[in-house]
Amino acid sequence: MSKVVAVTGNEAVANALRQVNPDVCGIYPITPQTDMMQRYASFISDGKVDTEAVLVESEHSSMSACIGASAAGGRVVTATSSQGLALMWEMLHIASGDRLPIIMPVVNRALSAPLNIHGDHSDAMGARDTGWIQIWSENGQEAYDNTIQAFRIGEHMDIRLPVMVCMDGFIISHSIERLEYLEDAEVKNFVGEFKNLYPLLDLDKPKSYGPLILADLYHEYKRAQHEVMLKVKDIVLEVAKDFEKMSGRKYGLFESYMLDDADIALVILNSAAGTSKDVIDDFRARGIKAGLLKPRLFRPFPYEEVADALRNTKAVCVMDRADSFGGYGPLFMEISSALYQLQKRPALINKIYGLGGRDYLPSHAELVLNELNEIARGGNVGLVKEYIAVKE
Amino acid sequence: MKQKGWKDLPAGSVVLEGGSAVKFKTGSWRAFRPVWKEENCIQCLFCWVYCPDMAVKVKDGKRGEFDYDFCKGCGICELECPGKKGKKAIVMVEEGK
Repeated sequence: MSKVVAVTGNEAVANALRQVNPDVCGIYPITPQTDMMQRYASFISDGKVDTEAVLVESEHSSMSACIGASAAGGRVVTATSSQGLALMWEMLHIASGDRLPIIMPVVNRALSAPLNIHGDHSDAMGARDTGWIQIWSENGQEAYDNTIQAFRIGEHMDIRLPVMVCMDGFIISHSIERLEYLEDAEVKNFVGEFKNLYPLLDLDKPKSYGPLILADLYHEYKRAQHEVMLKVKDIVLEVAKDFEKMSGRKYGLFESYMLDDADIALVILNSAAGTSKDVIDDFRARGIKAGLLKPRLFRPFPYEEVADALRNTKAVCVMDRADSFGGYGPLFMEISSALYQLQKRPALINKIYGLGGRDYLPSHAELVLNELNEIARGGNVGLVKEYIAVKE
Repeated sequence: MKQKGWKDLPAGSVVLEGGSAVKFKTGSWRAFRPVWKEENCIQCLFCWVYCPDMAVKVKDGKRGEFDYDFCKGCGICELECPGKKGKKAIVMVEEGK
């Protein structure tokens, strides 16, 4: 039995964490995540969970504490945003290299400078190559559902990897939406008891984490790390299937919206996908075959499946809420790589939108879809990469 | 010894046994070798106490030869050695000489 509530994204994810009741939680505040961990700290103070909170002096320390607790053999969570994630950078690699299944909601926010607290994807895109699994969420419901599923994915005995669950700062973290909560017992049963792999606190079997491994074996460790990432897709789908049985809500590697017969398509992450779907409905009503692909699993990236889903389109625009200055947007690079393997592929353009929380409006989607429509009907691709809704 | 392939590695960079450092001989790092002069030794065992490795072998309360498989030649034992009548019981000698 699910319960319908009106809550913010932060509140929903904090509640998901309460339902899981992890052993240890590293806590350090940063906007817009602060409110999530504050709520979680209240659960601890009120005796609703028996998690040990580690109040640290920085995000670098937070991730370090999580790594220690996870290696010791606990189920461990933390949450962060923006500069906090950036400060964790070196420790993120250690969490994944040591194969520690730490679960971390990331409330996406722009990076300094200039200082900005609002939603964009620069933070998580910067953590793309840290070896973490990344799952992206359009709204509060998805953030809640993905957080619960993340435990099953990261802790799977064939995987043992840390997972970031991404959602847009303020747009989702601080906006109230209608959500369906699962029962506490359902979540508890779904995630199951935490199982250890190589716990440091098993004193009968001493072991060492983080040894020096030089040119004789480092290459092999990285090869093994790549291999385990290849197994993640299947586990994500397996967990999604179980989750659907429990909740009735269906998840995949990505969401396809009106894509099957689409001539033109947007590829877009997180909350802006919702706005885009509305505009796609308008285009469909006018007889234009528009569609949308919203990636959910960004790392590891499901190249073959994405290429297959876009195979029959004529023109595609990849929308990035982050930039690689002097390069293309990070999502564009993935889609471009995926499509290159096809014999016949759609024209591809890249738009940078919504940086630092700039509103993404239906009129922006309309502008892009109109341009795609022109290209699909034989028009030329102008600039491959452009900023949209930028003041001239 | 055949090296492990990538499929043989445990998940994560974890060493799954205790005391495995004994398998990794570090004596080749040494540039200077400590040489024990038994005639100057008063068996104070300062060298055994101060050795940051376990390269001073002690049996029945008496020190014996160095364990050159693990001595890295740091020279701490020579520094701490009180010797006898102003003569050190440990002297550092350049390797290869």
